[in-house]
Amino acid sequence: MCLGIPGQIVEIVDPADQRATVDVDGVRREVNVGLVMGDAGGIKVGDWVLIHVGFAMTKIDEEEAASTLDFIKQLGRIYDDEMRDFSAEAPL
Amino acid sequence: MKFVDEYRDPAAARTILSHITELAQDGHYKFMEVCGGHTHTIYKHGIENVLPETVELVHGPGCPVCVIPMGRVDDAIAVAETPGVIFTSFGDMMRVPGGNGNLLEAKARGADVRMVYSPLDALRIAIANPDKQVIFFAVGFETTAPSTAVTLLKAREKGVANFSLFCNHVTIVPPLKAILESPDLRLNGFLGPGHVSTVIGQRPYRFVPKTYNLPLVTAGFEPLDILQAILMLLRQIDEGRCEVENQYTRAVPEQGNQKALEVINTVFELRPHFEWRGLGFISQSALKLREEFAPWDAELKFSVPGVRVADPKACQCGEVLKGVIKPWECKVFGTACTPETPIGTCMVSSEGACAAYYNYGRFTKHQTVPVELTRTPQPA
Amino acid sequence: MSDDDGHSHEDEVLERIEAWRRRRPKLKDEFINSAHGAGGKASAALIDAVFLEAFRNKSLETMADGAVLELPSGDRVAFSTDGYVVKPRRFPGGSVGDLAVNGTVNDLAMMGAVPQWISAAFVIEDGFSITELRDLVADMAAAALKAGVQIVTGDTKVVNKGACDGVYITTAGVGVIPPGVHLDAKSVRPGDKVLVSGKIGDHGVAVLIARGELALEADIPTDSAPLGELVEHLLAAAPNTRFLRDPTRGGVATVLNELAREAEVGVVVQESALPVRNIVNGACEILGIDPLYVANEGKLVAVVPAEEADAALAAMQAHPFGVDAAVIGEIREDPPGIVILNTGFGGNRIVDMLVGDPLPRIC
Repeated sequence: MCLGIPGQIVEIVDPADQRATVDVDGVRREVNVGLVMGDAGGIKVGDWVLIHVGFAMTKIDEEEAASTLDFIKQLGRIYDDEMRDFSAEAPL
Repeated sequence: MKFVDEYRDPAAARTILSHITELAQDGHYKFMEVCGGHTHTIYKHGIENVLPETVELVHGPGCPVCVIPMGRVDDAIAVAETPGVIFTSFGDMMRVPGGNGNLLEAKARGADVRMVYSPLDALRIAIANPDKQVIFFAVGFETTAPSTAVTLLKAREKGVANFSLFCNHVTIVPPLKAILESPDLRLNGFLGPGHVSTVIGQRPYRFVPKTYNLPLVTAGFEPLDILQAILMLLRQIDEGRCEVENQYTRAVPEQGNQKALEVINTVFELRPHFEWRGLGFISQSALKLREEFAPWDAELKFSVPGVRVADPKACQCGEVLKGVIKPWECKVFGTACTPETPIGTCMVSSEGACAAYYNYGRFTKHQTVPVELTRTPQPA
Repeated sequence: MSDDDGHSHEDEVLERIEAWRRRRPKLKDEFINSAHGAGGKASAALIDAVFLEAFRNKSLETMADGAVLELPSGDRVAFSTDGYVVKPRRFPGGSVGDLAVNGTVNDLAMMGAVPQWISAAFVIEDGFSITELRDLVADMAAAALKAGVQIVTGDTKVVNKGACDGVYITTAGVGVIPPGVHLDAKSVRPGDKVLVSGKIGDHGVAVLIARGELALEADIPTDSAPLGELVEHLLAAAPNTRFLRDPTRGGVATVLNELAREAEVGVVVQESALPVRNIVNGACEILGIDPLYVANEGKLVAVVPAEEADAALAAMQAHPFGVDAAVIGEIREDPPGIVILNTGFGGNRIVDMLVGDPLPRIC
């Protein structure tokens, strides 16, 4: 089942019971962070996590997210460059 | 919405599409996705009709709700109709038809059926209603199984005896193998399931390029994710590579989620075999509770009919699921089999290939002619 | 696979589906279930097969929000009724009392009438708190004042404990339709613009969250409001407005589908133009529901000729209940009876009639 939503941790409610509050565009829900607490760096306020059926499944890696978008922008630049080169070479 | 909106940018889409069109121009490529969430995104954003005609998307058995056989739904209803029971379920399962109707209809007849968003909600209901037996209808691939497992461990820790699971969790690799073993398969690659992969990582898919010579790219759920994954598949083919790649790096770690895998292993074990609607019996493809969790196993606590209900003869779901035929090529599509009167798994939930096509995808060939808005729309 | 004239097998199947869809919805159920109340296909089937079948008359068959009745004097009067059973009875921003008045006021306004007189019938469960009853009635009085209507007659019945859920309120309303005002789905033409009076999805999400089952916390109040004055201003600025309807249960998607079917036109909506609050969007994303299908209680959908769209928009935006009004789409000739959404991404998809209640999904 695949509906996973990115949300930001805004409060650690109970570390022993593994409960935290996440915010999704102003909507808040308590989620269980037991599956991600052991990750490197643990879980802290401000982290972004992927939420599925009331559980945080993974931390969203902001660097990887940025690099994915960068790659896509790069494609655009390569394409634009090619188009420029192409039209420069095209015979009239 | 952060991590969502930026992956829906149409301008960025155009650049990826131009590369896709260029790479795909000399052939015809069929890529299968095996995740209900991917089917949903593809239809919700109308991705199929921005792709060039040379790239075709096939919707495989990615919907863990749709593949639950009718007999198991009947079992669920039987449990729900037991006196003194509160039966809890995700919304997706409520309309899936068994041999004799669905859970919503059972609710209309007086069964205490409640929709929950999380298995923890079901546990809360059990704690709040100690005089009732509360059952949770556990469905889903490896994405959802860890959450069920953690919930069960909590139930044990807190000594909640009136809580039990009707376990129908399934695993992704066996149906993938079953599809790949099919002699009439005509695919060029796979979009790997993004959220299952957050749990199982990338390694379990290696057999796809290794044994079957098809590339697999694990993809995220926003439109740009899917387009980028398609581009990555085409590039592999173009460069003569054949491997497992990860497009969804922001959420999928290479090794998956160790804690989640541990917790699955603590609570569940594999059933010898399990019936999949539309695909028949597949061995080692589903989970059941380990013996030590017997007190929380609804199948042991309640008597379920356990009758196997065969799919109707006219049903061609198996062929649709393998990408051999398109939804509208099925003989009963749109007539005997519609979203209101579904016959097989593909029409049962809105992620099924046939339902998605029927509800969203008809007329996708219809040109997207933009609407002229007379004034600038206000920002949301 | 194609015939010589390029008419493919797929086109045949699509035509078959369209013919099937155009048939009158058949009711096969023997018992009522929640889908019959959701405003979608099942509701339509029930109304058609049970009520329309028995009560058959011209006024009823128009299936608008209410009936238009012609008096011997030639004046026209609009008459509408609605039952209010929402749970919880109190939710952020309002109560069932507000809905009971505004809902009927709005049905009258959608027919172009000036809402004036309301009746209110109460079915109350034995043991219900009189304090709560007073509170609901106070809400109704306040809503009536705000809407400029009077509650002129009513009824009270008490039923045994368990025979109803607290209190059910049924209101009916009457208003005069000014001469020259003719709103009718069938007058809609290709090229007309589709407008919505503000941000959609608030009410349905507010109630869903207030039920507490989904453990979400969000500051989303209902949008319940009386639209009589907004409609007056709109019709003054855009006198050739073709059609108005308020997107209550089943949401904007349902209204547009009803319109497409009644007028036999295509409706195209631009996703990027749909006004939705960020927080409502967030809640819908979490739950996996589509704001287009979520109920609204203080909004209207209007279809106006293209040349009057600017004026219509300006008139609504100048009114407190229309500040976020927007043009969201247009009417096309093809494909008839179908509502299409141009997605923000550049693709398109069909927005079909609702099947059953919109249930939150996890997949």
